[in-house]
Amino acid sequence: MSYLINSSEILQTIEMIDQQHLDVRTVTMGISLLDCADRDIRTCCSRVYDKICRRAEKLVETGCAIEREFGIPIVNKRVSVSPISLVAASCEADDYVPLALTLDRAAKTVGVNFIGGFSALAHKGFTASDLRLIRSIPRALTETELVCGSVNVASTKAGINMDAVALMGRVIRETADIDPMGCAKLVVFANAVEDNPFMAGAFHGVGEPECVINVGVSGPGVVANALKACKGQPFDVVAETIKRTAFKITRMGQLVAQEASRRLDVPFGVVDLSLAPTPAVGDSVAEILEIMGLEQCGTHGTTAALALLNDAVKKGGVMASSHVGGLSGAFIPVSEDAGMIAAVESGALSIDKLEAMTCVCSVGLDMIAVPGDTPAETISAIIADEAAIGMINNKTTAVRLIPASGKGVGDRVDFGGLLGSAPVMPLHPGSAAEFVARGGRIPAPLHSLKN
Amino acid sequence: MKAIVSVFAKDAKGITAYVTALLAEREINILDISQTLMQGYFAMIMLVDLADCPIPFDQLSQQLKEKGAERALDIHIQRQDIFEAMHRI
Repeated sequence: MSYLINSSEILQTIEMIDQQHLDVRTVTMGISLLDCADRDIRTCCSRVYDKICRRAEKLVETGCAIEREFGIPIVNKRVSVSPISLVAASCEADDYVPLALTLDRAAKTVGVNFIGGFSALAHKGFTASDLRLIRSIPRALTETELVCGSVNVASTKAGINMDAVALMGRVIRETADIDPMGCAKLVVFANAVEDNPFMAGAFHGVGEPECVINVGVSGPGVVANALKACKGQPFDVVAETIKRTAFKITRMGQLVAQEASRRLDVPFGVVDLSLAPTPAVGDSVAEILEIMGLEQCGTHGTTAALALLNDAVKKGGVMASSHVGGLSGAFIPVSEDAGMIAAVESGALSIDKLEAMTCVCSVGLDMIAVPGDTPAETISAIIADEAAIGMINNKTTAVRLIPASGKGVGDRVDFGGLLGSAPVMPLHPGSAAEFVARGGRIPAPLHSLKN
Repeated sequence: MKAIVSVFAKDAKGITAYVTALLAEREINILDISQTLMQGYFAMIMLVDLADCPIPFDQLSQQLKEKGAERALDIHIQRQDIFEAMHRI
């Protein structure tokens, strides 16, 4: 028998896991609920509950077994479901809160720590059901613990639904007034993807199979550590180092995905190649940018550094996995990244710089606490800006803002756990009320007309 | 099933003897073994075969961890596949 692996490689892997926070961030089971529709919302709820419990019964147990056998932490086991606005469309009900409560109950029964899909796709316009869902969001997300919601308000093909943008500003406001924590579970998207395994924006798209396993990998700490070894080297070396590291991280994700898929007898969907930070020291995307030579994340040069990082992660990861999808890129959630928090607190990182950074990385303005008295129109205008970046650049962008009730700039909001804590960031005082009040649609950009 | 057992500790006498005895008691066959000292730290890596081991992987991993902790050793056992996946194309 040949002993192909050498000791230094084994030690490297163990060090990555033990000291550099290498983990599989999430194994997410996508479940179609389209066959659960019924006129009676109670029947619909009971079908939804039964189907999730049946499909995901062994998800957590299997995830934990893989975790122990391979010695690699799988931090989250989660479920994403078909957008509830589609599932509930035929229900004779004005209020979808009962469905959110059902999802919450099912998530607790199967033992996952989040369930995503209290969602609507309204990028071109609202169906009656989309509107009912969106109006249910403030209560749905504050009366449940584990339910995450998202609304797609724009796409490169359809343009920006400014009525949806205006409505979401009010919905975020209203949710924050009940409990700001609800806003941490709500994402407003442009170009939402159907196979994203990461919360809070995960849902099981209509083009997806009946049931699927998607895996999200992570590992900012591993990348940061690899880059420390190439101090002063040109960017060619930096890019190459990130690619090699991303390759290794992704191979591990691919192995876990295949193993989970085989054991659960559910097809493997994609590996999402993302660098998702956690509040733990040494697990920060901001730190990677600083290791590249920036005094602090947010200063001039940050966008270029992030662009290189994001691209190199994809290039390294794409060869390591048979199917890559989801969001795939570096995440920059402020509250979940110790380096980002420090940069905001020292004044180095502003919302404007964060917006610029979203042009070159995955997702968008993520987990940002804003003053409690921020008007709904201002929130809508921020969403519109972010949606425009996504629409024009043909990429996914998202907004997850948390208006911190009763708090102002300089205060801090604590979300606990992986969601971390966020300093309240200043916004521009000028009003966008008249702009947002126009409503209608911002037309699709010229480059969407490819046929 | 083949697995990698790794042991880390401050160097002391009898670590290899102690760990290999733990494995032998559990019907685990050692296929390859390498040991090194890194800045006063003892690091041993073994490729083992679990074909005859009657204990389920979960429990085995737990037992080795606990037995290791008694002697201030950090013992991991992981399926070999993860290292192959990560370092071989």
